[in-house]
Amino acid sequence: MSEKIVLNYDVDSDDFTRAGEASSKVKRKLKLMGVDPDVVRRVAISLYEGEINMVIHADGGTIQVIIFPDKIEMTLRDRGPGIEDIELAMRAGYTTAPDNIRSLGFGAGMGLPNMKRYADDLKIESKVGIGTTVKMRVDIP
Amino acid sequence: MTIKDIRQALGARIICGDHLIDREVHSACGSDMLSDVLAFVKDKAVLLTGLCNLQVIRTAEMMDIVCIVFVRGKMPDEAMIELAIEKEITLLSTGHRMFSACGILYESGLRGGASYRE
Repeated sequence: MSEKIVLNYDVDSDDFTRAGEASSKVKRKLKLMGVDPDVVRRVAISLYEGEINMVIHADGGTIQVIIFPDKIEMTLRDRGPGIEDIELAMRAGYTTAPDNIRSLGFGAGMGLPNMKRYADDLKIESKVGIGTTVKMRVDIP
Repeated sequence: MTIKDIRQALGARIICGDHLIDREVHSACGSDMLSDVLAFVKDKAVLLTGLCNLQVIRTAEMMDIVCIVFVRGKMPDEAMIELAIEKEITLLSTGHRMFSACGILYESGLRGGASYRE
């Protein structure tokens, strides 16, 4: 593979149970391309956490995944409420998710820490009232 | 240990994926918090959970988890079963509570075997 592959997805917010479809498609695509299973899993998990966040906090958004020969770049954009204090949001256990989300197994304040753990690079740009852009990169060894 | 052994130890009912029960399971994880499940890298793992929604199957898919055991007799709905079949994940349901189900499997030799990724 010498050229890059660009994948675009819209993430809807109306149905929490459907969240994760984009991550699932990306995972399948990478697997079919024969990408290293550890890389596939790290991309899948970090993207999935990001996708869940978009649905919980931001009424959905868009995901772009670019597959290069040596890395995978993910950009998640939303027009949600924005993050007031990114440092605080990154702290394990800190959450602003509502109770109904916790009863579904999320909202433990582990989403962003997990994304940081699995991606080789994580950048968050956020403006309150405007939205959040999360950029992640996973290197292919 | 295989999925078949787990089924037997827990007296569990197979909901789907019965053609995959000879697959090996190397580690286990018991949790109702999906982000906790996602925090640990596991190899050929079984997930024991009291949660019962579509995101449980999605989480297992992302983690390459081979089998999910629903404790306290919980039963997944049609959409969950459909997704599990598509992703080749065996679903089991046991009447045991979480603590007992984990204990039984631990006693049978299954371990957490998770490595935490800093």
